[in-house]
Amino acid sequence: MKKRITGGMIFDAFNIFIMLMVIVASAYPFLYVVVASFSDPTELARHQGILLMPLQPFTLEAYKMTFQLPQLLTGYINTIFYVVVGVAVNLIMTTLGAYFLSMDGPMHKNIVAFMVIFTMYFSGGMIPSYLNIKDLGLMDSRWALILPGAISVTNMVILRTAFQNVPSSLREAAEIDGATIIQVLFKVMLPLVKSTLAVLVLYYGVAHWNAWFEASIYLIDKDKYPVQLIVQQLLSSLNVTEDIGDLVQYVELIRYAIIVVTTAPILVLYPFLQKHFAKGVMIGALKG
Amino acid sequence: MKNNKLNYINRFCKDMKKYWKAYLLVLPVIIYFILFHFKPLYGIIIAFKDYRPTRGIWESPWTDNFGLKYFLEFFKSYYFLRLLRNTLRISLSCLVFGWPAPIILALLLNELKSEKFKKITQTVSYLPHFISTVIICGMVNLFVSKNGFITQFLNLFGYPEQSLLSDPNMFVPIYVISNIWAACGWGTIIYLAALSGIDGELYDAAKIDGANRWKQTLHVTLPGISGTIIIMFLLRMGSIMSIGHEKIMLLYNPGIYETADVISTYVYRSGIENFQYSYSTAVGIFNNVINFIIVTIFNKISKKVTEVGLW
Repeated sequence: MKKRITGGMIFDAFNIFIMLMVIVASAYPFLYVVVASFSDPTELARHQGILLMPLQPFTLEAYKMTFQLPQLLTGYINTIFYVVVGVAVNLIMTTLGAYFLSMDGPMHKNIVAFMVIFTMYFSGGMIPSYLNIKDLGLMDSRWALILPGAISVTNMVILRTAFQNVPSSLREAAEIDGATIIQVLFKVMLPLVKSTLAVLVLYYGVAHWNAWFEASIYLIDKDKYPVQLIVQQLLSSLNVTEDIGDLVQYVELIRYAIIVVTTAPILVLYPFLQKHFAKGVMIGALKG
Repeated sequence: MKNNKLNYINRFCKDMKKYWKAYLLVLPVIIYFILFHFKPLYGIIIAFKDYRPTRGIWESPWTDNFGLKYFLEFFKSYYFLRLLRNTLRISLSCLVFGWPAPIILALLLNELKSEKFKKITQTVSYLPHFISTVIICGMVNLFVSKNGFITQFLNLFGYPEQSLLSDPNMFVPIYVISNIWAACGWGTIIYLAALSGIDGELYDAAKIDGANRWKQTLHVTLPGISGTIIIMFLLRMGSIMSIGHEKIMLLYNPGIYETADVISTYVYRSGIENFQYSYSTAVGIFNNVINFIIVTIFNKISKKVTEVGLW
């Protein structure tokens, strides 16, 4: 028996085609970067059209050069420091603020709440903030990348909402048993908002991982640069004579290799992160 | 009156006695906000002064024209209209093309019959969201360079062999398209969540009434997510004058400032690269004031339309 072709079927086929295009458009640039980084540079410059396999002769030259760039490793180590210490500071400060704002009792809670909300809408802007960092003596200090962004108000609101959603009977019961405010925080509240804390770790962590601009204006000593700033500088002005000797034809290739090397860790973590992030967006959207 | 005051002091002491530990806990937060948010706010008065780092903010002299010298200088300068035009052109292009893109993608994803294929498409399209701005812009720079594959593709249609980013007409399309590429997939999440909240019985009722899939989309699906669509539109409208400097800085070059330079990048160059602290702060304040007005207006509209404010 022959089935009749309906409008719905045509639409379904068309829709699947569009989705395949979306997949190709999202993934092909990454594939291209990887493939290009292994390709012969002269062939690559001449090649036109779609690239799916490394152009022969296959070369590892770009990676040999990339791994010899000493800044890249220093940058990685620095970034790990900024992510770990930065997120720790973020979590401590955000928790303190959110916990206080979730309490019912304190008389001056509104003053603190007003302070926080006020800064969401009025800020000094780039130049006064920059001069402030100078004034505080944080120029060329690693703390200049950690302290100014210690609290994101949005994240604090998310955590405060999570605290408020803990049944108040639990808090009161602990208080009757003689627990202090600090004990209530550690023994009752924090264990109950673990999933929100995990989301905040991801939000803050990604922000530190991506940051480069603050480092470019606050840091002078290149040994303190995070990897993103190193990559930015390498990509925009790969110094041919200084960094890679006489391998001029490999400049493009090395750029591709640098992108692969710095993106690989994220791609490895991606399947794991993706699930949590998607959940996190919903927590932010529903509660925030 | 006196009674009131005594009463307040009384309550204050009681409050402190009972909650001193809570206040102690929040003290670092208060210090943080004062040092890193309120102190820079005080710093904006340098826009009305001739700030000299050696003399400090307080000692620096006020400028002419009731302290408005630098504001007038900016309004009269050649840059004012150019920056305004570029800022609006870039953000409106992002709005017109970037706002519907995730809605369309979410609707198409929603129509997919195979759950597995839907999952795969989602996972792949979320991927660019996890790549840092530096890397994304680095990739864009390579792809549109003289030998890049996008340039080579355009060469087939007669485009000259040159980097696309040296062509002032190409900057806005490159910026907008790379933005959509990086954000569209991830942007569907909020719409997919709204879609999953639509009552399935509505579809059954529509089917009984003889509505085909297109009619169902028009009369059930779209009204079901209209609240989210409007809120996302208003959020974007509210930030129409606040394009971040980071991505533009990673893509532009002096040859295309004509179309690529926006207020925030200009503030960066005149303030941090050229040390015109007072002038660039004045430009920044102008931008912030406009932003605040726009956000307030769209928040009012949002409250009227959806009964949910953005604030």
